Amino acid sequence: MTWDNVLDVLAAVCLLAGAFLSFAAGVGVLRFPDLLARMHAATKPQVLGLILVLLGLELRLRTWDAFLVVVLVTLFQMLTAPVSAHMVGRAGYRTGKVRTDLLVLDELTSDLDEARTLEHETELAHLAAERAAHAGDDVVRPSHPDTVPQEDPEP
Amino acid sequence: MIYAVAVCAALLAAAAVLTLVRIERGPSMLDRTIALDTFTATLVGAVALEAAWHRRTDTLPILVVIAMVGFVGSVTIARFAAVEPEEERRIKTREEAAAEDAARRLAEEAEERALERTAELDAADEATGDATIGHTDTVLSSGEDDAADHAAAQDETAPDEGEAR
Repeated sequence: MTWDNVLDVLAAVCLLAGAFLSFAAGVGVLRFPDLLARMHAATKPQVLGLILVLLGLELRLRTWDAFLVVVLVTLFQMLTAPVSAHMVGRAGYRTGKVRTDLLVLDELTSDLDEARTLEHETELAHLAAERAAHAGDDVVRPSHPDTVPQEDPEP
Repeated sequence: MIYAVAVCAALLAAAAVLTLVRIERGPSMLDRTIALDTFTATLVGAVALEAAWHRRTDTLPILVVIAMVGFVGSVTIARFAAVEPEEERRIKTREEAAAEDAARRLAEEAEERALERTAELDAADEATGDATIGHTDTVLSSGEDDAADHAAAQDETAPDEGEAR
């Protein structure tokens, strides 16, 4: 058994593993119930599967030129895959394509709710302060009808 | 090696078919986008597999290009993703498309008729204006008539268009 044979077998194993990840992603993308689950399945061949296939390719070619290209491809894929995944996930959440009943933990929704409550409270406090400032005025201000206290006597 | 390559090719082909089915079904554009990304990854795997099988390096630039450009489509679609009403998620049937086309054609014809009618009225007004030229009074009044005629023409065409739509 020569060195070449060993490397070829290793390359075949890597290629098989990468192809299997691609296949698994295909099954997952087709069968999973909602957007986030499908994204989870779809990312498997995008990084790990790609690295395995390219490693198999490099083990088969055994040149430094090919190694450079393989590293370049991996680098680009690792830079671009998260960008698209982030954009798609964000757009999916914003347009209501995420099924919250399937989520075990949903930190984003609770955080957003908290932020909204906080904003509302700040607004209320602001209104109350304005109301206190204008409490002595007799004049009804037409430009701020919301801030005018209702018990103010009409002029 | 040949068995490994054959099995790999079969797996990649199956993955491509499955993702294509999801692209066809995908209830939303984002699902299609994800499936398309997976399809791109499968494509890279296929090109790499072929290069490994024939020990060739001239197809490697294709891999670089796909890895660089593959994400542009999904980013673009995600940027313009909007809430789609249930009705718009499916492809229209042939009858619906035909009905919409017919309605659009009717509307266009009505608009053309209205334009022709306005042109005729304008021509008639100009003729009367020429006949009474020199009289400031009549010229002015004809101008008013002109405006009134325009309004009348638009009033006449409006219900037409409404019906067509």
